[in-house]
Amino acid sequence: MAYPADYRYTKEHEWISVAGATGIVGITDYAQSSLGDIVFVDLPKVGDTLEAGKVFGSVESVKAVSDLFSPVSGTVTAINEELKEKPEWINADANTTWMLKLDLTNPAELDTLLSAAQYEAFIAEETGH
Amino acid sequence: MSTASNPTPPLRKTALNATHRAHRAKMVDFGGWDMPVEYSGLIAEHIAVRTAVGLFDVSHMGDIQLRGPGSLAAVQRLCMNDASRLAVGQAQYSAMLTPDGTFVDDVLVHKLSDNDYLIVINAGTRDKDVAWVRKQIGAMPSIHISDYSDYYTQLAIQGPRAEATLAKLTDTDLSAIKNYWFTYGKVCGLYNVMIARTGYTGEDGFEIYIPSDEPTSSRVWGEVLNAGAEFGILPCGLGARNTLRLESAMALYGHEISDSINVFEANLARYAKLGKGFDFVGRAALAAIQAAGGPKRKLIGLEMIERGIGRDGYPVCTVTGERIGEITSGSPAPFLKKNIALAYVPMQYAALDELLAVEIRGQLVKAKVVATPFYKRAKKST
Repeated sequence: MAYPADYRYTKEHEWISVAGATGIVGITDYAQSSLGDIVFVDLPKVGDTLEAGKVFGSVESVKAVSDLFSPVSGTVTAINEELKEKPEWINADANTTWMLKLDLTNPAELDTLLSAAQYEAFIAEETGH
Repeated sequence: MSTASNPTPPLRKTALNATHRAHRAKMVDFGGWDMPVEYSGLIAEHIAVRTAVGLFDVSHMGDIQLRGPGSLAAVQRLCMNDASRLAVGQAQYSAMLTPDGTFVDDVLVHKLSDNDYLIVINAGTRDKDVAWVRKQIGAMPSIHISDYSDYYTQLAIQGPRAEATLAKLTDTDLSAIKNYWFTYGKVCGLYNVMIARTGYTGEDGFEIYIPSDEPTSSRVWGEVLNAGAEFGILPCGLGARNTLRLESAMALYGHEISDSINVFEANLARYAKLGKGFDFVGRAALAAIQAAGGPKRKLIGLEMIERGIGRDGYPVCTVTGERIGEITSGSPAPFLKKNIALAYVPMQYAALDELLAVEIRGQLVKAKVVATPFYKRAKKST
């Protein structure tokens, strides 16, 4: 699956899509594929403050738990509540299945994230291919 | 000196390794073996085995054969169950114990003929087990100990449609093979293949032992998948194997059983025949534990009743947060659609319906003690 060119990526395999001062966050296709069948997503609450690079929740497949790291700092404005019942949507389409929306406190942080091309190079290196 | 350090040994491979990779299985290091953890997806594979049929490569399991006059005595000395009750063509669950009554390994003992036994052992303990067998009975005259682990490709065909699948590939009457019995027959054109009605999934099924050369192994693997296609067969990885055995509350070495856990604690005393009239390794320790009033802790089944998944190594607590034990295996149960776990706790917390908690990343999440196995297949209707 291709990685959308207008997203930014973390080395912990989250993506963020930004419009104005609002960001939408999810995990990458590589992340969902590595985890396998996702059965549980633990997300923060609306109004919580996230800090760039810090853990904001977790995602669990049948066999593994993985922390979620915030790509940027900001305040949570919405949570994808449907993931409580349908976490497998992330497996079905990681690129469009969002986890939360947030208002960015420091949009300059986006410059520290990876582009799609950089992220693809990063996972190629990580998997040794 | 860094130059003197031991290099990591290369991962071992089964004869089907290239087949797994060619079919894009996700591979992992499992106890030093490069094995498929999943093919199409763990949940789909798990459900296929519960409702149709699944195929597993379990060639990493080990096989020790004991032959010669006195081999029954050797098995009786090594293993806690009573092998004298076995008929030719019958298998039994058993275990090799340390002198402390703890586990060297759990095993399946097959009686091939009088004076000829095959002990199937775990992959991660193969070298240790073979050394243990040689140490315990190597001095017994007339017993030939052979490690045939690398001679067989072992395939597990598991699920309610396992018999229908395998029947298409053999002229053997599979319906005549009872649970935990085996026979020999022609499978995929190969003569004298051992066909055992055994498995590690809690489902009906068979394990077959074929020559471990690569062309034969991959040919039979493919033929089983073709034969099972009409029933919805899926190739399965060790991920589903683990969740299937956990739903069925079957022990896994290094988790529910180890050399620091005794037979009573693990709830496996029904397989330890202290009165079989043979002094097996570990027997004296088990008798002493029994005389002292039994074990102080016990393996229990837990079901999470609040949102959260208890996993291997997570602390088990009282509802007020006092740590009392640890989960040995915990996971979502794909067929039961619950979050389940096996754990050791002191006896006073082991009663059914006891309310406990699992500490998940610093949070107490409520769970209750439930009966095991979590899943039991329905008796076959006629």
